Amino acid sequence: MTTITADGQIDDHAHDADHKPAFFQRWFMSTNHKDIGTLYLLFAIIAGIIGGAMSGLMRMELAEPGIQYLQTWASISNGTEASMDQAYHLWNVLITAHGLIMVFFMVMPAMIGGFGNWFVPLMIGAPDMAFPRMNNISFWLLVPAFLLLLGSAFVPGGTGMGAGTGWTVYAPLATSGSVGPAVDMAILSLHLAGASSILGAVNFITTIFNMRAPGMTLHKMPLFVWSVLVTAFLLLLSLPVLAAAITMLLTDRNFGTAFFDAAGGGDPVLYQHLFWFFGHPEVYIMILPGFGMVSHIVATFSRKPVFGYLGMAYAMVAIGVVGFVVWAHHMFTTGMSVNVKMYFTAATMVIAVPTGIKIFSWIATMWGGSMTFKTPMMWALGFIFMFTVGGVTGVVLANGGIDDNLHDTYYVVAHFHYVLSLGAVFSIFAGFYYWLPKMSGRMYSELLGQLHFWIFFIGVNVLFFPQHFLGQQGMPRRYPDYPDAYAYWNQISSLGYWIMLVGVAIFFVNLAYTFLAGRKAEGNYWGEGATTLEWTLTSPPPFHQFETLPRIK
Amino acid sequence: MSGAKNHDYHILPPDIWPLFGSFSVFVMAIGGIRAMHDMPFGMATFLAGVALVSLTFFAWWRNVINEAHAGDHTPVVQLHLRYGMILFIASEVMFFVGWFWAWFDYSLFPQPLELVDGITTNYIGQEGAAALLQWPPKGIEVLNAFELPLLNTLILLCSGTTVTWAHHSLINGNRQGLITGLWLTIILGAVFTAIQAYEYSIAPFPFAGINYSAAFYMATGFHGFHVLVGTIFLIVCLARAYKGHFTPKQHFGFEAAAWYWHFVDVVWLFLFIVVYVWGGWGAPVH
Repeated sequence: MTTITADGQIDDHAHDADHKPAFFQRWFMSTNHKDIGTLYLLFAIIAGIIGGAMSGLMRMELAEPGIQYLQTWASISNGTEASMDQAYHLWNVLITAHGLIMVFFMVMPAMIGGFGNWFVPLMIGAPDMAFPRMNNISFWLLVPAFLLLLGSAFVPGGTGMGAGTGWTVYAPLATSGSVGPAVDMAILSLHLAGASSILGAVNFITTIFNMRAPGMTLHKMPLFVWSVLVTAFLLLLSLPVLAAAITMLLTDRNFGTAFFDAAGGGDPVLYQHLFWFFGHPEVYIMILPGFGMVSHIVATFSRKPVFGYLGMAYAMVAIGVVGFVVWAHHMFTTGMSVNVKMYFTAATMVIAVPTGIKIFSWIATMWGGSMTFKTPMMWALGFIFMFTVGGVTGVVLANGGIDDNLHDTYYVVAHFHYVLSLGAVFSIFAGFYYWLPKMSGRMYSELLGQLHFWIFFIGVNVLFFPQHFLGQQGMPRRYPDYPDAYAYWNQISSLGYWIMLVGVAIFFVNLAYTFLAGRKAEGNYWGEGATTLEWTLTSPPPFHQFETLPRIK
Repeated sequence: MSGAKNHDYHILPPDIWPLFGSFSVFVMAIGGIRAMHDMPFGMATFLAGVALVSLTFFAWWRNVINEAHAGDHTPVVQLHLRYGMILFIASEVMFFVGWFWAWFDYSLFPQPLELVDGITTNYIGQEGAAALLQWPPKGIEVLNAFELPLLNTLILLCSGTTVTWAHHSLINGNRQGLITGLWLTIILGAVFTAIQAYEYSIAPFPFAGINYSAAFYMATGFHGFHVLVGTIFLIVCLARAYKGHFTPKQHFGFEAAAWYWHFVDVVWLFLFIVVYVWGGWGAPVH
């Protein structure tokens, strides 16, 4: 990354710049990218608590063979004694809501809405986003979207209450298989979340192309900004296809169209194509901003510029482009021809090349660096290690022949949790610790941060690593019960959840510590390794920064 | 707001309409769901939501226009608006990709269907199924592509030239030409919509129950909706032209409407070729 210096910004116009609006205006009518970023982060934390609690319910139920709690929980939510079928439906509702919440309401708002809003303008030396008002509706559209999804749990969805379709909302389960308004609420929730993201994508692309400070060419732009730029293009081009697909679900459900109804010549596999044409870019949407953040953190704590800056930038572009032509590797078992399988296997493996460029460049950045192992660096290292594990199982699953056996087993669950729960989430925590003092003006506790990392790291590995074994033994996904043969690793896996939960508790203690007792943070509290423009500003930055644009040499 | 800014970007004061707009779409969504499930007050709630959303659009863009008149739209801010509109249109293109994908899926990989008296039967796996592998499905009488759809194609192409006429008049400071060109474009758009509505009313195939209809009505229907939106956009531009809002140098509102109109036009050309001509080839004509 090019080293960037800015002309004295820190105290510029501090009086005018820090004139903040009153409470309601500031937080409900905001047009300030940093405040909107904060709202996104708060939203993501709340959604993460809810989605994480759901995974706790699932691990409780799966800790032993047989049905432990589901019927009781279903009875509580029904108000009357629930049947076994309703209990099983509750399971489907839990896996659906957990997936949708973590993807659309936790990871995406945290990475793109939260860190993207906060740091893209700061890093390119811009005073705000290109469309500050549209930025705010991108955030506020998430609130009704989330309410619709949560509300769907309390209305009929077929066998029981709530939408039990899986996060992929496959037809015909999501059409003729789920009468009642719950699935309609989930569909419209996705429409709103999608509109929010498309508007956000338009905003980011325009901001990054038009508002870079004088002298900051695209090839001098920080890697996090590159990552958000690629992510925004993926959002812009993939989400509308999902919108079309779920609109077809809606008309099939309510107006009698036959898009996915085989009796009328409709094609359920068409839904899967449309969904995964969106869904595969979506998984890169969830990881690319993490790549960007990790690049900054590794460089900062190695006190070296990132190795192979241009290669890193164009590796992300390559991942974004190739990510659009690999979608059917999610559908190897739908009966596609061997030739099609071969293409999608080969194309998928191609993605390992730019991903490998990134992994090796991070390692090369550390090589010979003056490394310090502060909390953000620990999370970044954890990210590199575990994302690589998830990437390697991804190469295994990319083989159409092998996937015939492993499709819809716990091996797949382990794979995507390694790249998401242990990849994306680790990068979110890395970014959070890296920038929390910049955002709040106060330092967190290093001891609690380290403790959080190690306990969480052990917890998630105990939680997810055994799931590889379960998958290889043939345990299918999405079932609340299993034969005794799977009991051992399931019990270990559930134990891992509780270890992870302790880590999460320490995170919240650390958060409270930061705001109540954290010492004040300087402008650049990481020292000479931190070279991007946000470190030229105070912590927290003024309400409006860069009122005189910095010049990049 | 700060009084000391030394850049040309547009820093906005706090604004209520984003929050209000989100609340409005929530009302619309709840109303829509209730209406689809025949629950009390469903349609009323939905329409209230539509009204609130329309109010949001009106108020929001009124503010944008006022800001333009206040001089907030510096050259770089106008560039933002251009990028924003182009990117929005790009996302719209991908939305239509979804509907075309469905059309190609059904037409390139036909199912052994037969439509008799509005009832569709899928004979897959049964004797004689192979003889039914055709597109459009047996029993579908298609609309003649070279009657009303061709007329509509000519109307939209013509409207593309009238909107360009308006644009060139505007650039040359000829306000009367701008107004005439816009009037013609709007009338052509309205005629297109009317013909499309008439065509739906005489279409010989039902809406429900068969893949051909699903893909036909939803693809052309969403296009029709976009024509409607584009027409409203042009009507707003016409009103603004009468008020003298546009200058030969600064008239992005008009340009955005023209871009959108051309986008709608191009989508129609693909619909005409893929759905009406190629997609109906060889089928009995109504």
